[in-house]
Amino acid sequence: MLYFYQHYWWAVVSLLGAILVFLLFVQGGQTLLFGTVKNDKERTLLINALGHKWELTFTTLVTFGGAIFASFPLYYSTSFGGAYWLWFSILILFVIQAVSYEYRGKAGNLLGARTYEFFLFLNGMFGTILLGVAVGTFFTGGSFVMNKLQITDISNPTISYWTNGWHGLDAIAHPFNLLLGIGVYLAARTLGLLYVIMQIDSEEFAERAKLQVKVTGSAFVLGFVGILIALFTLTGFSVNPENGIVSPVKYKYFFNMTELVWPAITLLVGVVLVLWGLISVFLNKVRYSFYITGAGVVLAVWSLLICAAFNNTAFFVSHVDPQYSLTLYNSSSSLFTLKTMTYVTILIPFVLAYIVFAWRSLTKVKVNEQDLNKPDAHKY
Amino acid sequence: MLLSSLIDLSRLQFALTAMFHWIFVPLTLGLGFIIAFMETAYYRSGNEFWKRTAKFWMKIFAINFAIGVATGIILEFEFGTNWSNYSWFVGDIFGAPLAIEGILAFFMESTFFAVMFFGWNKVSKGFHLASTWLVAIGANLSALWILVANAWMQYPTGMEFNPDTARNEMVDFWAVIFSPVAINKFIHTVTNAYTLSAIVVIGISAWYLLKKREEEFARKSMKIAAVFGLISSLVLAWTGDGSAYQVAQKQPMKLAAIEGLYQGKNGTPLVAFGVLNPSKDIADMKADSAKYYSEEPYLFHVSVPQGLSLLANREFDSFVPGIEDIIKGGYTYTNFKGEKRTALPLEERIIRGKLAKEGLAMYHKAKTAGDEEGMEIAKKQLTDNFEHFGYGYIKSPEEIVPNVPLTFYAFRIMVGLGIFFIFFFILTMYLEKKNLIAQKKWFHYLAIISIPLVYICSQAGWIVAEVGRQPWTIQDLLPVQAAVSGVSASSVLTTTIIFFVLFTILLAAELKIMFKQIKKGPDAN
Repeated sequence: MLYFYQHYWWAVVSLLGAILVFLLFVQGGQTLLFGTVKNDKERTLLINALGHKWELTFTTLVTFGGAIFASFPLYYSTSFGGAYWLWFSILILFVIQAVSYEYRGKAGNLLGARTYEFFLFLNGMFGTILLGVAVGTFFTGGSFVMNKLQITDISNPTISYWTNGWHGLDAIAHPFNLLLGIGVYLAARTLGLLYVIMQIDSEEFAERAKLQVKVTGSAFVLGFVGILIALFTLTGFSVNPENGIVSPVKYKYFFNMTELVWPAITLLVGVVLVLWGLISVFLNKVRYSFYITGAGVVLAVWSLLICAAFNNTAFFVSHVDPQYSLTLYNSSSSLFTLKTMTYVTILIPFVLAYIVFAWRSLTKVKVNEQDLNKPDAHKY
Repeated sequence: MLLSSLIDLSRLQFALTAMFHWIFVPLTLGLGFIIAFMETAYYRSGNEFWKRTAKFWMKIFAINFAIGVATGIILEFEFGTNWSNYSWFVGDIFGAPLAIEGILAFFMESTFFAVMFFGWNKVSKGFHLASTWLVAIGANLSALWILVANAWMQYPTGMEFNPDTARNEMVDFWAVIFSPVAINKFIHTVTNAYTLSAIVVIGISAWYLLKKREEEFARKSMKIAAVFGLISSLVLAWTGDGSAYQVAQKQPMKLAAIEGLYQGKNGTPLVAFGVLNPSKDIADMKADSAKYYSEEPYLFHVSVPQGLSLLANREFDSFVPGIEDIIKGGYTYTNFKGEKRTALPLEERIIRGKLAKEGLAMYHKAKTAGDEEGMEIAKKQLTDNFEHFGYGYIKSPEEIVPNVPLTFYAFRIMVGLGIFFIFFFILTMYLEKKNLIAQKKWFHYLAIISIPLVYICSQAGWIVAEVGRQPWTIQDLLPVQAAVSGVSASSVLTTTIIFFVLFTILLAAELKIMFKQIKKGPDAN
């Protein structure tokens, strides 16, 4: 029974992570603030179009963190407490985003509109890359020690710590993590451009975005192929569910796909949808490109995250000693807690329904200058 | 030494973030409802005045909301980055409310926040009104879940320690959710937030009256806020009393620190106000007992006879233990199950805490060796001593005593100002009813000064609750030294400085934006 709930919750957390990557289109859109927008009018349109949605991305990030904490607290404890500087950097990059939308256009904002725009750009560029790097550690692990019984040592009760002074920044230097980080950035920027095409009422801006999406989208597809090749040739670590012994397995993630099959099908459908969405831009049929590509990204990311832990895979491997590694079995909450939280997930369709309803209400009309200047408008 | 500076810095950082977070959150908790009342008036009457009024307060709401969100995520991260041992030890219980908060409350709040601000021309009047109410409800639901988690830390219930996983595990979700401490804490905290919001609305409105601007807007805003504030502050006082009673039963050391009470007695008086004697130090009890016993706890005090006994136990002549009594043990008390028990001396609790830890270590040794009998014996040793688990990390008596001056003065500031606000709301209603409110300049000044006072009051409340429970992250089970992450003190110092600089800049920007918005008034677009 516990086995089922551990897998169920990893699937839920992974789905939240996958939806988060899709919603990072807000961050991708923010990277257009420097270089792509040509004037203040476009800048204001872009910020207001993204301003309807930034909260949703932020909430998904917070919920993703909360769900990991609740379902796999040992991961939360080991990764956040160990890879301290990596998580701190991500945190700061998101904190500066949260205030920037509301403060940017307000009189007396102290730092000036450009500073807040720069904050948004930093969040869009480096927030996405670092989130990708952090997710990369699900496949590449980290230099940590973890021993639950350390709690019985009165003079030194800390159960986990990072063994090098970089405290997580070393993850950026790992080529796979960096590749994944860049992949997330390119996905976010591609989706950001598609959102601009769909949602901003400016032909000139949309045409420019279409041109850019051809370049960024192609780079994203190439990058994603690179990620898949790198991932499928990685050596992963398998855990024996009977005794908890962790041991290396060559091409582990490739075998996870072939042995489980359904993540491979999900991945395939995801890739087809991404390609369909991007090709539709080349064919100038852009009406649903954002949603098609977005759905593809969700499915592709979800299948990769499933692969990180399903099929008896250690999802956070210790470089110090593989036996310190975290698996679904040694890091999850208790059966009772997972079960209790599962009842709450019954409400998720209801939550999704009102999100979709509210999203549609606010997205049915493109963002345009006239609407923004109406007396009733809340303008960022 | 290194560990103690790491602990102090980690505590400082968490306190800094939590206090900063609590500057912005209470206003959104209460203002959400005040705005909803105003928009309901607009929906019913169609009077554009109410729409304009609601929209002005929405602007103030939005400015606070953004920074509240920003600081909220920092707190969530800090559980993991700075308190990683804690995250594992209690994640099974603490994480669940946090995740439910995300799924149920945050999404409600953020989704309808967007509709509330951007939906005026895009959705129907009814849907917009529903969104405004849902933002207020979502914000308060968020508060519910996080306060459930906080209450559990003060009064751990509904869980069992699992020796196999070496952590606490939830066994009764409803016991966690409906713990009396959680219910009281939630009501006390949100009514505090409503009181704060009401004061802010009255204070800003008073500024308009002082400047002879926006009289109708100001007076109607004040009227709603005063009624909302009076009801809230009365509930606040009632739950405050409930909170003191719970602290007496479940966290006696916190109560002793709040009172600066070193030696308890039957019929203990309640210090209404007073000045602590800085020379009275519990560390002297062992080191220099002559000095310790010669020092009076207060330089000056005015007390209500038998007041503390009544507050703590609902009996005039009951015994309330002081700091010294709790360290020495030996007094009789009734636990929350209604059982009469004799308090153990600290020294014994330390020994039993160590025995619990030894039991846990032995259990795992026996498990590895496949020794089932050994496992049973070790498990019994652990279970029998588990309620003292956290004391195994304690080395000296002063470690279990919170900062007495901070809790003592914070408590009096909180209660004193709380009482003042009840009279303030009554005064506001009286002056409004008598049509005098627009002319009384002294009242306008009083209302404006009340804004910083209500923030001080609210922060003081959290100081009492959180400083008062030191050193426990989980009462009696996990002290701060066993909860902290294995990071370097210099890393925590650096991030604390970064946060401090960032918070200062953001606060300055926030205040400047707020002042500009207020100056522009409700007609500004």
